[in-house]
Amino acid sequence: MSALYSLLTVLVLILLAYFGVAAAHLGVLFGTVIPFAAIAVFLAGLAYRVVKWANTPVPFRIPSTCGQQKSLPWIKQGRLESPSSTLGVMGRMALEVLLFRSLFRNTKAELRDGPRLVYGENKWLWLGALAFHWTFLVIFLRHLRFFMEPVPRLVNLLADVDGFFQVGAPVLYVTDLVILAALLYLLFRRLRDPQIRYLSLFTDYFALFLLLGLAGSGVLMRYFTRADIVAIKELAIGLVTFSPVIPKEVGPLFFVHLFLLCVLLAYFPFSKLMHAPGVFLSPTRNLANNNRMKRHVNPWDYPVKVHTYAEWEEEFHDKIKAAGLPLDRE
Amino acid sequence: MRDRGLIFTGLVLFLGLITFPVWYNLASGTSSKPPELKLPTTEKQCVAPTETMRMSHMEMLITWRDQVVRQNDRTYVAADGKRYDMSLTNTCLKCHDNKAEFCDKCHDYAGVKPYCWDCHIDPKLVQRSKG
Ligand code: HEC
Ligand code: HEC
Ligand code: HEC
Ligand code: HEM
Repeated sequence: MSALYSLLTVLVLILLAYFGVAAAHLGVLFGTVIPFAAIAVFLAGLAYRVVKWANTPVPFRIPSTCGQQKSLPWIKQGRLESPSSTLGVMGRMALEVLLFRSLFRNTKAELRDGPRLVYGENKWLWLGALAFHWTFLVIFLRHLRFFMEPVPRLVNLLADVDGFFQVGAPVLYVTDLVILAALLYLLFRRLRDPQIRYLSLFTDYFALFLLLGLAGSGVLMRYFTRADIVAIKELAIGLVTFSPVIPKEVGPLFFVHLFLLCVLLAYFPFSKLMHAPGVFLSPTRNLANNNRMKRHVNPWDYPVKVHTYAEWEEEFHDKIKAAGLPLDRE
Repeated sequence: MRDRGLIFTGLVLFLGLITFPVWYNLASGTSSKPPELKLPTTEKQCVAPTETMRMSHMEMLITWRDQVVRQNDRTYVAADGKRYDMSLTNTCLKCHDNKAEFCDKCHDYAGVKPYCWDCHIDPKLVQRSKG
């Protein structure tokens, strides 16, 4: 049900942008006002949440790691799983951020005949997530050709490598195939398995459908309906130089593409998508496991006033003695 | 841990990177004006309506290539009944004789590098190298 609702929501958003421009001629709203507002919400919201996280006390190490911590010299330490130095932590963070190492550990549990519970590897989620995120990055970087003039050489190089197979014209980008396949797999993964379907919420599907709509409309524009790239670049440059223009050649499908992105941007700081900055601030990943090497004193400890037993005994010494009770110190 | 300095550095770095196009365009003095193209002076009309050409000339070129190389069909009949030889160099570049100021200029702006010229020639360059 939640899958259906989020699909419907995204469809409504698509229709809104399409007919908002095609029928109601709200080009300025969808091409200038909403993009600026969305970017402002994205930047301010993201900064706000990261600053809030930065102000949350994390006084102690949380070594919930999967490796042997550094101890006696003859016990082999898991240097990347349970690092005790800053360098080790950097290695663990790099593996996590660039290669999604913790997803690589994903397992599945199955009830077989018997009944017997068996565990096995499941690398598909890792592969799908990795494929999606890396192609998203490449597509994002390639899109800089619309926002930068002159186009940086690195962006052109990326497009060349991406179009390596030189299929058709405009040349087919491998990342376009991969991102659609990866997103469809990630969606299929939630829908196929009853347990995962039960756990999935509206927000889980919403991000997927938004991204599918975004990539889908882009692919449609590039390979099927075609778009006036020169006019679109005029609009894009107008946005980043703060002198917005809406050329009349820009088609409504482009506004759908842009509007879905704006929704994604504005939604980002309030959603699970904040896992992107969040991964950098995960205490179980970014703190060295050196509890046994260093004493960590909580810097936020409130100086509590204490009254020890010895002091108490001192205070009531005479009374205790008079009552004939035993005393620690005579 | 007291890692606030590190976190704020990361945040500022991210904000700087994500707004990079703004600084880049500011530094190179970019305006939103698209490039001025040198249009043919002798002819008035392209092989298809200008709008179609702007958006879909690459699709047309690939269709032409397939027609020539696979069907041995070299004539293109335009919407207005005019006949053209389906040829990249002999047709497109006959009217658009200044490739550098037309095709290349627009492609540089749009960030596309067609690989066609690995094999196909720009007659102007050939003339120049002949002396
Ligand atoms: C008005 C600007 C403009 C002009 C002029 C222009 N092109 Fe293009 N051309 C483009 C754009 C934009 C693309 C890329 C479309 C995309 O990325 O979706 C393109 C793509 C191509 C491609 C496909 C390249 C690829 O790798 O995807 C070919 C081939 C091509 N143009 C040939 C030509 C030729 C030949 C000329 C000159 C006769 C020419 N173009 C003039 C804008 C232009
Ligand atoms: C008969 C001469 C002629 C031929 C052949 C020709 N063109 Fe054109 N082309 C023109 C003229 C003239 C214009 C300008 C039309 C206008 O301004 O409305 C033009 C416009 C264009 C434009 C749009 C430029 C802009 O201002 O946005 C593109 C792209 C283009 N031609 C590509 C091609 C390609 C690719 C071929 C080969 C398939 C080709 N032309 C063949 C004469 C020609
Ligand atoms: C590997 C070399 C090579 C590359 C790269 C190449 N072509 Fe060709 N092309 C040929 C050859 C060979 C022919 C056949 C020429 C003939 O029979 O007249 C041809 C024919 C054509 C023709 C029809 C004949 C003519 O005179 O133009 C078109 C149109 C064409 N190619 C377009 C393209 C476009 C567009 C690109 C870039 C996207 C491209 N070609 C890239 C080798 C190449
Ligand atoms: C990060 C968010 C975005 C994603 C994931 C995305 C995704 C895509 C994809 C997958 C394509 C197919 C072609 C390709 O890969 O180049 C595409 C095309 C396109 N996108 Fe985006 N896009 C995004 C943001 C934008 C923005 C902000 C603009 C505004 C300028 C834009 C304008 C276009 C245009 C004009 C095309 C057609 C390109 C062509 O014909 O070559 N996109 N997009």
